[in-house]
Amino acid sequence: MAVVEYTGVSSLKGPILVVEGVKGASYDELVEIESSGKSRVGKVIMLEEDRAVIQVFEGTADLDLPNTKVRFLGKPLEMGLSSDMLGRVFDGLGRPRDGLGELISKEKRDINGSPINPVSRVYPRNFIQTGVSAIDGMMTLIRGQKLPIFSGDGLPHNELAVQISRQATIKEGEFLVVFAAIGLRHTDAEFILSSFEETGAMKNIVAFLNLASDPVVERIATPRVALTTAEYFAFDLGYHVLVIMSDMTNYCEALREISNYRGEIPSRKGYPGYMYSDLATIYERAGIIRGKEGSVTQLPILTMPNDDITHPIPDLTGYITEGQIVLSRDLHMKGIYPPINVLSSLSRLMKDGVGEGYTREDHPHLASQLFASYSRVQDVRALASIIGEEELTEIDKAYMKFGEDFERKFLSQGVDENRSVEETLDLGWEVLKDLPKEELTRVSKDEMEKYMKGAIS
Amino acid sequence: MRARIIKINGPVVVADRAETLKMNEMVRVGGNKLIGEVIGLDHGEATIQVYEETSGLKIHEEVEGTGRLLSVMLGPGMIGNIYDGIQRPLSELEKVGGAFIARGVEAFPLSRDHKWSVKLLKEVGDEVEEGEVYAEIKERGIVHRLMVPAGISGKIVKKVEKEEFTIDDVLYILENGTELGMYQMWPVRIPRPVKKKLPSKIPLVTGQRVIDTFFPLSKGGTAAIPGGFGTGKTMLQHQLAKWANADVIVYIGCGERGNEMTEVLTEFPELVDPKTGKPLMDRTILIANTSNMPVSAREASIYTGITIAEYFRDMGYSVAIMADSTSRWAEALRELSGRLEEIPAEEGYPAYLSSRIAAFYERAGRVITLSGEEGSVTVIGAVSPPGGDFSEPVTTHTKRYVKCFWALDRELAYSRHYPAINWNTSYSGYVEDLKEWFVKSVDPSWYDYRSKAMELLAEDGRLQEIIKIMGEDVLPDMQKLIVGIARMIKVGLLQQNAYSEIDSYCPLDKQFKMLKIIIDFYEKAREFVEKNVALSEILKGSVVSKLMRMKEDYKSAEELEKLEREVHEHFGKLEKVYKE
Repeated sequence: MAVVEYTGVSSLKGPILVVEGVKGASYDELVEIESSGKSRVGKVIMLEEDRAVIQVFEGTADLDLPNTKVRFLGKPLEMGLSSDMLGRVFDGLGRPRDGLGELISKEKRDINGSPINPVSRVYPRNFIQTGVSAIDGMMTLIRGQKLPIFSGDGLPHNELAVQISRQATIKEGEFLVVFAAIGLRHTDAEFILSSFEETGAMKNIVAFLNLASDPVVERIATPRVALTTAEYFAFDLGYHVLVIMSDMTNYCEALREISNYRGEIPSRKGYPGYMYSDLATIYERAGIIRGKEGSVTQLPILTMPNDDITHPIPDLTGYITEGQIVLSRDLHMKGIYPPINVLSSLSRLMKDGVGEGYTREDHPHLASQLFASYSRVQDVRALASIIGEEELTEIDKAYMKFGEDFERKFLSQGVDENRSVEETLDLGWEVLKDLPKEELTRVSKDEMEKYMKGAIS
Repeated sequence: MRARIIKINGPVVVADRAETLKMNEMVRVGGNKLIGEVIGLDHGEATIQVYEETSGLKIHEEVEGTGRLLSVMLGPGMIGNIYDGIQRPLSELEKVGGAFIARGVEAFPLSRDHKWSVKLLKEVGDEVEEGEVYAEIKERGIVHRLMVPAGISGKIVKKVEKEEFTIDDVLYILENGTELGMYQMWPVRIPRPVKKKLPSKIPLVTGQRVIDTFFPLSKGGTAAIPGGFGTGKTMLQHQLAKWANADVIVYIGCGERGNEMTEVLTEFPELVDPKTGKPLMDRTILIANTSNMPVSAREASIYTGITIAEYFRDMGYSVAIMADSTSRWAEALRELSGRLEEIPAEEGYPAYLSSRIAAFYERAGRVITLSGEEGSVTVIGAVSPPGGDFSEPVTTHTKRYVKCFWALDRELAYSRHYPAINWNTSYSGYVEDLKEWFVKSVDPSWYDYRSKAMELLAEDGRLQEIIKIMGEDVLPDMQKLIVGIARMIKVGLLQQNAYSEIDSYCPLDKQFKMLKIIIDFYEKAREFVEKNVALSEILKGSVVSKLMRMKEDYKSAEELEKLEREVHEHFGKLEKVYKE
């Protein structure tokens, strides 16, 4: 349809702009806003008779009421896609940012995507080896899964994300990383990109950067732009795509800011009531589709405000994603890398992707045993802090030793250390040797005999 | 003149010319004919909630009334099917739109091509009344009974005889011209009528020990499963859908994960119902409105599900409905309420949240149907409290209307104690109602053993407080014994591995035997402690670890008798040693 242009707007407030006298605009439509020769983009978020409410992605700074021009483009926010995107760096709206010129796109897609029909999905069950023992052993990542990292400010989540994407191997197929920086500090984005460059992984990565200094509203679009790209590479070109999105907390902050400008009734801590549904339209874009070769696996990163896992951002995320990898400040202070708190971490898809035919037969039982024993360690430690370690029973002392070994030997590893899943499992049996055999109720006798060499009885 | 759109705000649309529409009427919105429902009529304006994504909708596009309330189509072809929140078969949507869900697709809920062989039960000249069964169809695992819709009765003047029928065929015509066909429509927001509600006397057996033995649910009862993320709500709902001894299961994935629905779709056809020996899918109906599908259809999905459940109940079946998760439904209410600019009550939820929750759970019950049969709808709703905080509005309001409360506990889940149902904070209001049944059908001493176990767990809870501060060593032997037995109950009895072939489903007689062995062991051991025999001597030997593993190592109640004898021998030997 024809592009309609209006000059003059009736209201400007934060990133929200209102135009009156509009005819024929459609809900969710893309608009172009022009003022003093500069153009920016926005979308229609509410329509009322002849009034259109528009959210401007680059903010409304410097706009005025009489001279601002608004053009309705008659289509939703779309992005161009092409296989040439590999190795390139784009901004938060998908425009080249690396100075290597415009992209010649073959495809245009609505960045909002569409929900995958549950009957068209394939249930994910193929394991991705990350080379990180805590993850492979205790919260296995599965191809097509969405498994976020719940972190805190100052914790090494970026290091871990880089390590995972560098080491992640799958048995077959082409592998690709899509990286979306959402309101990230310049240094963090730089660290991540340069780590990829150093290892020569850059040719297998597409990056979208919305940095802390970039417009806040643009953050609403960045994960969607990244996922549209991921879906294109996965379902059109057959790649196995790992999407890293950091930091989803900034995304939610942007959502709250806009909701506030719109005068909506807030839910918990001022976040909008639809945040769950909104986050779901991002996280649910992971998966495998029947009859298509590729897959989209998501590894979103979020920093928990004040390390609080019950804060609405991690809370709503945890309800949508298929588990979570939780980083712990205590372990970090103890000098353990990666500081993964295995007890509060979980991979929901692990149950169907490990064991015989996937990793190794003993894996599910061993993992369950490690969880149960390490959980007991917490009780023993709490007790020891009150009555003193000396006063503990022999069994409790064994648990203390197991706890140390589990953290120092099993959890802990170098940022470049890439362990095979067999090595990880053997290590698990190794640390279980600290405990008397009667305590190991979750593994079978046969497994103990087969995998646990030289254990105390 | 048709109504036209004058305002668009997400899934809420306002149209003018409200006089052309009715309250709760189903409408088609705009050029794409998106499906919607009228939820308010005021001063010539109609407020409509749209069940599909509203992107691209324009001001002044038309709104077309369909003349009927938002309804479901009830007839053969629902079993084994998977629908979205407004009863569109997802496989039909896939045929039209591919792997991604397209908009404005009208899909007939029941297969129009399928040919059914129908057993006609009435003859010309027969008088039929509302609720009466006039034909039977064998549909997968069950006999599908076609019933005269509510409010209709009369004399049959024509009977259609055919080898096979399709869903659009007419079977009978009544004197007043009413046709009795293969299906009937029913508005989702109105409960289907019954003759009488009955008290709860029969348990819904789930094969899960912590439920059947400790917090049982009755057929026609209501239960809530509240729990933070990662505590195993969905897992437990799946277990119940698999093993509960209902005739028909309606599983509603309301605002949850797409992969979980796929899991059910992949797994259920392969699993066998222990009662009938047929695939579980042959008794299951799925409704999937995943978290990223339109929010208003999520609101409707709960009603679609319960109306289907009532329909099967009316045939005389026991139906269990699992809603995962009712919190997502409540959030959909909140989101829509916000768009309607209603004044919020607690945490942004509308003031009618409580009455809506009540109305939903009140549709459960064991009943005498219009045709005089006994049927039941059991409702099990998952609740996802933000931050695992049970004092939030959805959990507190739900608590007021359900009789079973299976509280999932994050601490238990972290230590991989599944099902993570906390025995101290959970309760079942059906224990007394079901006592008679258990005493008659399982064992005369069922109630006493259960009470003893609960008592031990409560005592253990108190002792654990002391242990946390002083360590277990300071306790006298008698209390150490209680802690030990409680541990046996927790690990050996309450924990149940959903993935274990043997233990995923535990029959009632085995459940009772396990309980009995542990409690008898305790009573015996207590006698010895009273005689000042050291606890370490009493617990010596392999029998204790056998008790811990009995759920896996002994397949049935009969096999457990061997273990019972071993326990007996164990104490016999002890008796001999300490006779002096």
